[in-house]
Amino acid sequence: MEILNYAFMQRALLAAVLVGITAPAIGIYLVQRRQALMGDGIGHVAMTGVGLGFLLSWSPVWMATLVSVLGAVLMELIRWYGKTRGDIALAMLFYGGMAGGVMFINLAPGGSNANLTSYLFGSLSTVSESDVTAICLLAAFVVLVTVGLRRQLFAVSQDEEFARVTGLPVRALNLLTAVTAAVTVTVAMRVVGLLLVSALMVVPVAAAQQLTRSFAATFAIAVALGVGATTGGTVTSYYQDVPPGATIVLLTIGAFIALSVLAAPLARRRARALAAAQPAADPAECKIPATRGAADEVGV
Amino acid sequence: MSDESVISLRGVRAELGSRPVLRGIDLTVRRGQVVALLGANGSGKSTAVRTVIGQVPVTDGEIELFGTPRRRFRDWARVGYVPQRTTAAGGVPATVTEVVSSGRLSRARFGVLRKADHEAVRRALDLVGMADRAKDSVNALSGGQHQRVLIARALAAEPDLLIMDEPMAGVDLASQEVLAETLRGQVAAGTTVLLVLHELGPLEPLIDRAVVLRDGCVLHDGPPPEAVGQHALPGHDHVHPHAPAGAEPIRTGLLS
Repeated sequence: MEILNYAFMQRALLAAVLVGITAPAIGIYLVQRRQALMGDGIGHVAMTGVGLGFLLSWSPVWMATLVSVLGAVLMELIRWYGKTRGDIALAMLFYGGMAGGVMFINLAPGGSNANLTSYLFGSLSTVSESDVTAICLLAAFVVLVTVGLRRQLFAVSQDEEFARVTGLPVRALNLLTAVTAAVTVTVAMRVVGLLLVSALMVVPVAAAQQLTRSFAATFAIAVALGVGATTGGTVTSYYQDVPPGATIVLLTIGAFIALSVLAAPLARRRARALAAAQPAADPAECKIPATRGAADEVGV
Repeated sequence: MSDESVISLRGVRAELGSRPVLRGIDLTVRRGQVVALLGANGSGKSTAVRTVIGQVPVTDGEIELFGTPRRRFRDWARVGYVPQRTTAAGGVPATVTEVVSSGRLSRARFGVLRKADHEAVRRALDLVGMADRAKDSVNALSGGQHQRVLIARALAAEPDLLIMDEPMAGVDLASQEVLAETLRGQVAAGTTVLLVLHELGPLEPLIDRAVVLRDGCVLHDGPPPEAVGQHALPGHDHVHPHAPAGAEPIRTGLLS
């Protein structure tokens, strides 16, 4: 394993594993509440943070975290108070975030869109020592929330109205989900890039559901697929000289297709088992009487 | 039956998108009572129960739960709620047990379910006859079975008060009977029940009082209205006034 002899590859692999865990871990709740594209929206907003980081010469990772957390909270508040149509307001936030990023980075001394590219599509090999520290801290927060509060987040994402009647702090949990998603976006930014972050949040979950019946199993398989794809993509990019972000995303989509194909016979077998368990409850086929009498005539 | 009021609404008004839906509702449900909230579509009956649970904000009036103003009410484990069944399930598969377990969270500290909690979930599933489907995905269930799961979820916390929004809507006959039987057991054990219903149907024998709403006002509050003529017979035909002229009435096939 000569790949592990290089410090930059050690950092890259550590970052990849953490992203493989965190992105599907929060993504599953977004998919459950049918906000699969929220990660994409936050990714656009984070661009303004990266731009501001360059302009003010602060760490782009921490600046992106700050701005995307604010953006995610704003999205949640728009959803809550919903005066304007939700989707229009979100579109403004997405494109405003992207335009802001391009604007700020061009205003920054010596800045150009070239700086932005490493954040848009990821740049694993340039992950620095301080980036790794930031990624570790943020990933620990994401895991703590998504695993520690899994029952509460499940209940709120499954049925918000019911969750309120169990006395859960629904609004606080929604904000926490949004903030955690924003943190995950900035964790994944250096690995797969802002434009592909959402894929890693959604596709492993979609792939896992092809096989599963329970939320717990979906969570476990999605995280396993996420880690497999990020490490596999990182190693492949080292040997084959291909961009890691794109490789990782294509691997997850490959897993989705493979599992969909595998799942078809599995689903058929389950359906048969279910039918066998409930005999004669409802006949599988319609019965047509052999002879028709006058009573079957229908007036027109 | 004591005089302690479990739900109390006084002069409650509510708006949905600046359209007044409730125009000053008074409603009291006492301990052990089974009250049906009846009315046509748009009469405000669902909105009324949703103000009780705090899902719809009130613009005027007072709501009390177990004698505490709703704003300060925290003892949610005493309330079991069955929302109007929506066809949209979550975007991720979940088993029957996982869904019913979330009903126990109100009794669990920090969201940690102990052995007693898992047993309560199991009992709730037994009550609605879904214990054999505990490990199945809720997406694989029929409408009636899904409704039974939602009722088990409400029962998992072993509540003193059940609030149900149209529990019989779109439920097959077999499930309707299981639900009526479950409810009978709960009522016998002293649970207070507030039901939103489109028609009294198979639950009629259980109901102590009916409150009929029209245009956001209480029209009738007293014993359930007696069904007369053919309507008194179970399985009578439903003739829908908006059906195109000449259309056949919907035959339930139980009267012939």
